[in-house]
Amino acid sequence: MVTDGAVHVLIPTPLRRFTAGEAKVVSAGATVNELLDNLGAGFPGLGERLRDDDGQIRRFVNIFVNGSNIRELQGADSPLHAGDEVGIIPAMAGGR
Amino acid sequence: MEPAADDLVFALPAAMRQEIIDHARQESPRECCGLISGVKEHARRLYRLTNLAVGNSLYEIDPREIYELEFREMPNHGTEVLAIYHSHPASPAYPSATDLALAFWPEAYYLICSLVDPVAPEIRGFRLAEGRVREATILFEEYCG
Repeated sequence: MVTDGAVHVLIPTPLRRFTAGEAKVVSAGATVNELLDNLGAGFPGLGERLRDDDGQIRRFVNIFVNGSNIRELQGADSPLHAGDEVGIIPAMAGGR
Repeated sequence: MEPAADDLVFALPAAMRQEIIDHARQESPRECCGLISGVKEHARRLYRLTNLAVGNSLYEIDPREIYELEFREMPNHGTEVLAIYHSHPASPAYPSATDLALAFWPEAYYLICSLVDPVAPEIRGFRLAEGRVREATILFEEYCG
């Protein structure tokens, strides 16, 4: 069990059905991957929306740590610290 | 596709309709994109946003811009995402297979502006969720408010 301190997670509107309508939840993890493990365990259905069957963060899910996109940090291995704010943004995308 | 459902009605102020058309024309042949915020189906503000996709046949709104709107700007104004718009510069105002596959905001209306007829652009609106396309009735309101 990860005990690295509380991380605040901002939940976007389309994923709030997995958090009983909550726009912000508290979870924990030393890395983004650990945080996603804990979110998946704590909020059934949420984990599958964020990662694929191979455990990779989905291409059209964007995760920010303190406002920085983790794709510009260390991806799923990006470290987290107590008090960090993590935001999840599903893509707005499409094409003809 | 199913016929327009009675419960799906989106009132689009005339000024926003024109803004979407202007944006689509300016970005053509690339797809433009943006969103409309509001309260309880009442459109309040239109945001032109950045299309990060390469080429002319896709759009992907800069997620950083969505982050700022979804978690900062809109909560501060007590608004939420009502609609996501994009253009189809050379195809009809109907969701493509890609639009449907990448629809991750089921509570929002997806507005599509087609420029197939350059003198008479067409905007239609849809709810896209779980592989389903449901067309909404778009009311083009004369006045904002």
